[in-house]
Amino acid sequence: MKISSVKIISLLFFILSAFYLYTAYQIQVFAFDEDAPFNAKTFPIYLGYTGMFLSALRIVLPEKTSEEVDHKVLDYKKVIFLVIIMIFYGLTILRTGFFLSTSIFLLFAYYFLGERRWKWMLLFSFPFVALFMFLLHGVLDIYLRDPLLKYIGIIG
Amino acid sequence: MIEGILIGLNTALSLKNILMVMMGCFFGTIIGMLPGLGPMTAIALMIPITYGFDPATGLILMAGVYYGAVFGGSTSSILINAPGVPGTVATSFDGYPMAQQGKAGKALAIAAYSSFAGGTIAAIFLLFAAPSLSKVSLAFRSPDYFALMVLGLTAVSAFSSKGQFLKAMMMAILGLMLATVGQDTLSDIPRFVFNNMNLSDGISFVLVVMATFAMSEALTIILKGTDPSSAAKAISLKELGSIKLNKEETKKTLKTIPRSSVIGFIVGVLPGAGSTIASFLAYGMERNFVNKEEKEKFGKGSVHGLSAPETANNAACSGSFVPLLTLGIPGSGTTAVMLGALLGFGIQPGPRLYMTNPEIFWSVIMSMYIGMVILLILNLPLIPYIARILAVPRTFLIPMILFFSVTGIYLMSFNTFDIFLMIGIAVVATGLRLYKFPMPPLILAFVLGGLMEENLRRSLLISDGSFSFLWDRPLTAIILAFTILIFSWQSYLSFKTK
Repeated sequence: MKISSVKIISLLFFILSAFYLYTAYQIQVFAFDEDAPFNAKTFPIYLGYTGMFLSALRIVLPEKTSEEVDHKVLDYKKVIFLVIIMIFYGLTILRTGFFLSTSIFLLFAYYFLGERRWKWMLLFSFPFVALFMFLLHGVLDIYLRDPLLKYIGIIG
Repeated sequence: MIEGILIGLNTALSLKNILMVMMGCFFGTIIGMLPGLGPMTAIALMIPITYGFDPATGLILMAGVYYGAVFGGSTSSILINAPGVPGTVATSFDGYPMAQQGKAGKALAIAAYSSFAGGTIAAIFLLFAAPSLSKVSLAFRSPDYFALMVLGLTAVSAFSSKGQFLKAMMMAILGLMLATVGQDTLSDIPRFVFNNMNLSDGISFVLVVMATFAMSEALTIILKGTDPSSAAKAISLKELGSIKLNKEETKKTLKTIPRSSVIGFIVGVLPGAGSTIASFLAYGMERNFVNKEEKEKFGKGSVHGLSAPETANNAACSGSFVPLLTLGIPGSGTTAVMLGALLGFGIQPGPRLYMTNPEIFWSVIMSMYIGMVILLILNLPLIPYIARILAVPRTFLIPMILFFSVTGIYLMSFNTFDIFLMIGIAVVATGLRLYKFPMPPLILAFVLGGLMEENLRRSLLISDGSFSFLWDRPLTAIILAFTILIFSWQSYLSFKTK
């Protein structure tokens, strides 16, 4: 018997709701609040039970139509790559600064999505980010930490 | 009311705010034209920018984006039969055949005039209905609000995607669960933070919206290998022809507009219904209103068939502001995003907004008129040029969306944890989208979570822990009865098929 992907997701949601409910019961409330009609864990407890009920209903009820997805036509490689470079972007944004990390992120993203027009790729990375930073600093007065530009002496 | 209108006009007609409406309409039109990217994404991308403005300006910008996105969706529906947003699907039924007959310019003009008229008439309804409803809604108590929020979530789940009710309800619960992360508002007790300091303030609303809409839509486009900019390329190459309407076409449009405006506005006010249902309903109703000869033309380029859904979807957009501005409860995903943004400004929409912040209340209503005029005067003749700007390849478009999402959240908190959390939520949301788990109920629930808990807390404390508050007041009982009706009917539909 083949279990549909939606039912598997519903089962995962059931487990998540059960874990949420367990965690809700572990919330430490004040002693005087323990027997109050409503305390910090009341609402989460109701949510946990409702989540379990709805996901159980979705698991039990028959499938209306097949909702399977053809994984062969999906481009997982590019998505995984984009996620990795976004994580890398997040890791470097504070250390190397906004300008360099953003420009490199954009350059890599263009390249791995198949763009090869280097002139446009370079234009929409370093100069574009510089302009964006100028708008933030100069117009909107939003400070962006950038150790590299500070070291060079471009920003204070 | 006259005083309020003048306050609104004064705020909305300032140079800065007019520029904001123009920018919003322009940006919204661009995003709305891209199939897959709707008004919610457009508004989500705008939120970090709006925090640099005062609340009225921020909301005016978002309202402009909203109308622009709906108009942009109509353009791609008419010219290339690719609706950018679900609310404009019905527009393509007669708009596209007209474009194929070489009357693309006329079809766009009918759509623009109908949108303008529908939006304007509905804004007049809103002008009169909102203050009166605000006064009525002052009679609402905590149990009524709680019941109304449950009804809103159930209705949005029921209507957000056909036959996916339980999935939508699961998404709503997930949204409520996410909303409980962080310190409890009353007791300051940390909940679901798992000893992580970054979670003690809760999850940012902007983060959730950006992750579930902008970022996850960008990832979905890459995953499915679709190219949204191909639509824009096709539009920019299209010959529009004349945009002038003849006497007969004008007469037909004028006949359709009033009735479709009423339908659109009423449907827009109802929680969860929104512009998609309004446009289909208006299209169906219009078919019954016209004579047999006109009925035959439906689906083949009928002026009535194009004007009706266009009028109704814009009227519904204005209508959806009624529950937001009067009760503080959004009736749709898009207005939920706006509510979240308002809460970010420290403003609580609701019956008292009308009295405490009249400049916001009235300027939003006034900016609707200005937005409509801008769409009509500026966007209509500029469509081929706007499309040309938009015809950027997805190799540039997607990295830009990701860049604005990451930067948007980074600029708000300067905390890299938020970037990683956003990526995590976006990946999960992309997977869920693939299996048609709708995202609007999640956003609505996330926004309403805090208010819902607060009202449940008050209701239970007043009734000493008894759930009798649900049927003690007739108003609460009626709202709850509707909720049960929708839930039972939708669950029955899920069960019925086999």
